[in-house]
Amino acid sequence: MGLALSKLPRLVRRERASMPMMLIAPFAALGLAVLTNLVLYGMLGKNPLIVLHAMLIEPFLSMYSFSEVLLKASPLLLIAQGLAIGFRAKVFNIGAEGQFVLGAIFASAIPVWYPNITGVWVWPLMLLLGALGGLCWASITAFWRVRLNANEILVSLMLSFVAIQVLNYLLLGPWKDPMGFNFPQSVMFPLDAMVPTLIPGTRVNVSLLLALALSVVAWFFVQRSFAGYKLEVGGLAPRAARYAGFSQSKAIWISLLIGGFAAGLAGAAEVAGPVGQLQRSISTGYGYAAIIVAYLGGLHPIGIVLSSFLMATLYIGGDNAMVTAGLPIAAVHVFQGSLLLAYLILATFVRNRLEWPTPHGEQGA
Amino acid sequence: MTTPLLSLRGVSKSYGQVHANTAVDLDVAPNAIHAILGENGAGKSTLMKLIYGVESPDEGEIFWQGEKRRIASPSEARKLGIGMVFQHFSLFETLTVVENVSLVVPGTKKELTDKIIQFGEEFGLKVDPLSHVHSLSVGERQRVEIIRCLMADPKLLILDEPTSVLPPQSVELLFETLRRLAERGVSILFISHKLEEIRSICTHATILRSGHVTGNVSPRDFDTHELAKMMIGRDMPETIPAKPMPRGLKQLELANLTHIMEDPFAVSLHDVSLQVREGEILGIAGVSGNGQSELAELISGETVLPPSEGERIVMMGQDVSTLNAAARRKLGFAFVPEDRLGQGAVPELSLTKNSLLTAHSKGLIKRGMVNLSKATRFTNECIEAYDVRTPGPEAEAGALSGGNLQKFIVGREIMLEPKLLFVNQPTWGVDIGASAAIRKRLIELRNQGCAILVISEEIEELFELSDHIQVLNQGRLSPRFKTSEIQPEDIGRHMISSAEDVA
Repeated sequence: MGLALSKLPRLVRRERASMPMMLIAPFAALGLAVLTNLVLYGMLGKNPLIVLHAMLIEPFLSMYSFSEVLLKASPLLLIAQGLAIGFRAKVFNIGAEGQFVLGAIFASAIPVWYPNITGVWVWPLMLLLGALGGLCWASITAFWRVRLNANEILVSLMLSFVAIQVLNYLLLGPWKDPMGFNFPQSVMFPLDAMVPTLIPGTRVNVSLLLALALSVVAWFFVQRSFAGYKLEVGGLAPRAARYAGFSQSKAIWISLLIGGFAAGLAGAAEVAGPVGQLQRSISTGYGYAAIIVAYLGGLHPIGIVLSSFLMATLYIGGDNAMVTAGLPIAAVHVFQGSLLLAYLILATFVRNRLEWPTPHGEQGA
Repeated sequence: MTTPLLSLRGVSKSYGQVHANTAVDLDVAPNAIHAILGENGAGKSTLMKLIYGVESPDEGEIFWQGEKRRIASPSEARKLGIGMVFQHFSLFETLTVVENVSLVVPGTKKELTDKIIQFGEEFGLKVDPLSHVHSLSVGERQRVEIIRCLMADPKLLILDEPTSVLPPQSVELLFETLRRLAERGVSILFISHKLEEIRSICTHATILRSGHVTGNVSPRDFDTHELAKMMIGRDMPETIPAKPMPRGLKQLELANLTHIMEDPFAVSLHDVSLQVREGEILGIAGVSGNGQSELAELISGETVLPPSEGERIVMMGQDVSTLNAAARRKLGFAFVPEDRLGQGAVPELSLTKNSLLTAHSKGLIKRGMVNLSKATRFTNECIEAYDVRTPGPEAEAGALSGGNLQKFIVGREIMLEPKLLFVNQPTWGVDIGASAAIRKRLIELRNQGCAILVISEEIEELFELSDHIQVLNQGRLSPRFKTSEIQPEDIGRHMISSAEDVA
């Protein structure tokens, strides 16, 4: 029965993962994903080189498209930094998408209820409210995980679908713009309810600076703070955390609340930024893409800054490719997915090596 | 001289960079009880695996009864007449003794039952063939393993640390069995690091040190001190005497603690009472699996008592029953756990970060941020003062040998200047040199007035360390004995529940 299995090689953990390999892995993954996808594009009857040019080169050719990359990068960066803190502690919050939506809803409450509101404090308050919204949504997951040991992956993921229904309900009912010709969207936000633009003539706004600043905070939290250390121990060796008396429930709460806070903030910045009103399509899968960003960045704050820009490039490049090369949107998602897959495979081999069974080692003790 | 039963010539085996065995020569005579003596990591297990065909040597030759052989698998080894009893038994607990035997030995149940009884009488391996394995004591289980090997009529029987799991009385019975086996023409290879045992039973001893043979002696011609020196390659650290201490404050007290486990495979604790005072070491003896880990969890605070159970665990005069590990540490409690990797230390983190695990209270945290330079200084001090062999504080804990990591953890906990120190299995899997160093530190700490609780399976260790000893058996704790007024045999009697093992 076990005969066939015993002939297969086993993964054996390396004594030490090599640092250069860890740094090369994301780039190698990108290369691998590009190669695989070029073959797929070829099979679709598209010219792979044109697609490649559209996806990876065009975003850097004009100021406008580059500014769009920066615009996309900031929510990805925010969400991924929050998620990575949880992932390091082995708390798997997969529901950033829902927390993002709740952030957008909470932030929209102010301009929806007070459409004529003015004041410089309006947009900061909206961002704060949005962050709290994401935090509240994530706290549902934390509560059930701590209380009933309900799996946080499932709960947070399912809550994302609930969040989208909440959004639908609001936009089809109480929050629908009365002057909006029955479209499922809220009123347009007043100027003071919008995050100020950073570069004139583009849509890049202050939230990019916020995301970068929070990345620095995340670095300090992960590398230098005692709270971050406790989370790390809890993720690496739960029994050591118990031995030291670090509370596991606290780790779950902190991880989920940070993740929810960051995702909610990103959601708020999105409605109060490029979108300017609450719509059904406020998220184009940022919450899920950020999971890829977090892992691609090695769950390290600096790595995540780089990977979020890469992912944003792929978003914009993917749009270009749809226009110039007539690529279906599914192809863009396939690219994202294959990128994560390639990285996870490579990361496995950075940490482990293959060991072939010795010809007569099977019958040991 | 007669032809040796088994000869090894120049046998070497490496795993990557590690040379487990280098040019090992070994001759096992017929009818011999031959000891393989060495510290943990000296290459004893690898050598046995080579003989039993689990691994094959990189270099060198193996001769069986004068003929050169290649032993490619355990089944070939068994065909030649080599049997092995592993340290961890491979018996099915839900089957009876005879059913377990019949899984590997051909024959009807009736024949096997008769044979088991016959072996039992012949070699002093008394065990009921029809009882279920889960109801047997450790000593009886070991007998089943030996009987199972004997069924194949071996000429050489390898025993891997057979006494490490046995109470003293059972050890005597096992030795009697081994002597009888040797008389009937079965040679025994006896792996151990316990010097007294080897002197009492073995006719030859081959001593291994970091993969090399450093001695081929008749163990009765040397005293334990000389043997130890051959084994570790230097003199043993001197022991320091425990100085008489005035009767101090009670730092730990458990009064009639009963804790019923929900897990059917865990041991429930019944009516456990103990107290440890300042300047005193209390040793808890017992064969592991009798409630040691459960007791350790309760004392360390890794398991917290529900509030309803009232005052049951008192530390430094305070009820700590509902406090977690961190809160108990704040009162001056420190703890060295049984598992070093994954519990006492995080293997993937540096020693500096592992210092933080419990020593964060020593001013290594400032306003929620880690003070790296202070943490590194603490780690360096620990490495120096406790002779931890490592490239430096940046080394990952998982890269240290068992003994060095244990020295680090013991050092870290002692540097917390605890009022109460709890050490679970202080020297388990630690080489003899490091063990002696750790025991010396514990006695020093006691002499400074710390209250120390030690759980250990090694009776000799407890006799060396403790002022008082209590025995844990099936979740119940014996009364307290003064170490100076009691013999190891008396402790042994308390370690086994019914008369089955004393017989």
